[in-house]
Amino acid sequence: MSEAKKAAVLVSGGLDSMLAVRVLQEQGIHVEGINFYTGFCVEGHTHAIRKKDQKKDKRNNALWVAEQLGIKLHIVDIVEEYKDVLLNPKHGYGANMNPCLDCKIFMVKKALEWMHKHQFDFIATGEVVGQRPMSQRKDTMPVVSGESGADDLLVRPLCAKNLPPTLPEREGWLDRETLYDFSGRTRKPQMALAKQFGFKDYATPAGGCCFLTDESYSVKLVDLWKARGSRDYEMDDIMLLKVGRHLRPRDNFKMIVSREEGENHFLQGYRNRYISMRTTDFPGPLVLIDGEASEEDLILAGRITARFGKGKSADEVTVEIREMDGASREIKVAPISPSDIEKSWYI
Amino acid sequence: MANFSIDTRGLLCPMPVIRAQDRVEELSLGDHLEVISSDPGALNDIPAWCRINGHAVLEKSQEGREVRIVIKVGS
Ligand code: SF4
Repeated sequence: MSEAKKAAVLVSGGLDSMLAVRVLQEQGIHVEGINFYTGFCVEGHTHAIRKKDQKKDKRNNALWVAEQLGIKLHIVDIVEEYKDVLLNPKHGYGANMNPCLDCKIFMVKKALEWMHKHQFDFIATGEVVGQRPMSQRKDTMPVVSGESGADDLLVRPLCAKNLPPTLPEREGWLDRETLYDFSGRTRKPQMALAKQFGFKDYATPAGGCCFLTDESYSVKLVDLWKARGSRDYEMDDIMLLKVGRHLRPRDNFKMIVSREEGENHFLQGYRNRYISMRTTDFPGPLVLIDGEASEEDLILAGRITARFGKGKSADEVTVEIREMDGASREIKVAPISPSDIEKSWYI
Repeated sequence: MANFSIDTRGLLCPMPVIRAQDRVEELSLGDHLEVISSDPGALNDIPAWCRINGHAVLEKSQEGREVRIVIKVGS
């Protein structure tokens, strides 16, 4: 008997890729998973940061899915390369800052490179025609296979019957008849297939697999670019946009205000890169100042910091201002009244 | 067999897993790799990654917010 054909499947941690893997396994294909980490992935971070989330099940869904399916999983760090995808998407953005089509093309292209390097035979995804408004449409799915260079080496087992036969089907590695013809936004066929395969516990991603589909996150990202005058970001920026309240009282600076203990702790790690503030005579949040703030700005920031602490009703509160080099000084301020905090300051 | 160590403090999951994975790739069967992380999530994710990729977890501990995991490189 000839050796089993090998497929590299893009595994996000959601149900669709989980089903795609199992469909291929049922046909005797050796499957390994690839999971791409862009820095914006929903997995991981926030529950690592927020204390209230730490008690929750902290599993990484992609790893969990791989374990359920009995496949190896390779997590690939594409943080640096992904910048160009996000900053210059040829096909533009979706409803928010999500460049889904360019993102998919890029991931499939990377998977193809991986496939060649590891001598696998083809790649597959859990995509379904019509499932997503941007990257999974009848007219954009061929764009993904074409522009990624994968062409007919890219199989979508869940909707293969709606698409032209791929090489693995034509070569008889896969029996086209046993692949599926799912289409549209409905999740019912996926749920039925999950039941048939005996999958009980699976992640149901709301909207998308990353923070870029999230409106409030996208607004913060655009604000950051606007304030800096350049569309660029570092890993730290991506992380900080997920943490705390963000307020921009003046164009030249914004404040990141921790909301609870976990965030407090997380922001502390950034005190050597940002000016930070906290109240000393009352418990309160840790605040980072991002931007160039004048003395007058710092006083305003101090008053806002005081408002978010336990001393909000006091006449006067002591605020410690800590420079990046650790030097600190104290100022005494009156907490700003809530009516003076303009709505537009909240990003 | 040799002992190695990586410090992933300050990184959030899945970065510690990725760092461990990339380091393990350069090691030989039976080598030990100690991973230090400040993300408690690593305590779940690294052992899960080891289980699916055929490596053994020899030690697992947490002190305050810091975790330490020792991996034995498998197949
Ligand atoms: S939701 Fe995010 S990760 Fe998923 S395809 Fe769109 S841009 Fe890429």
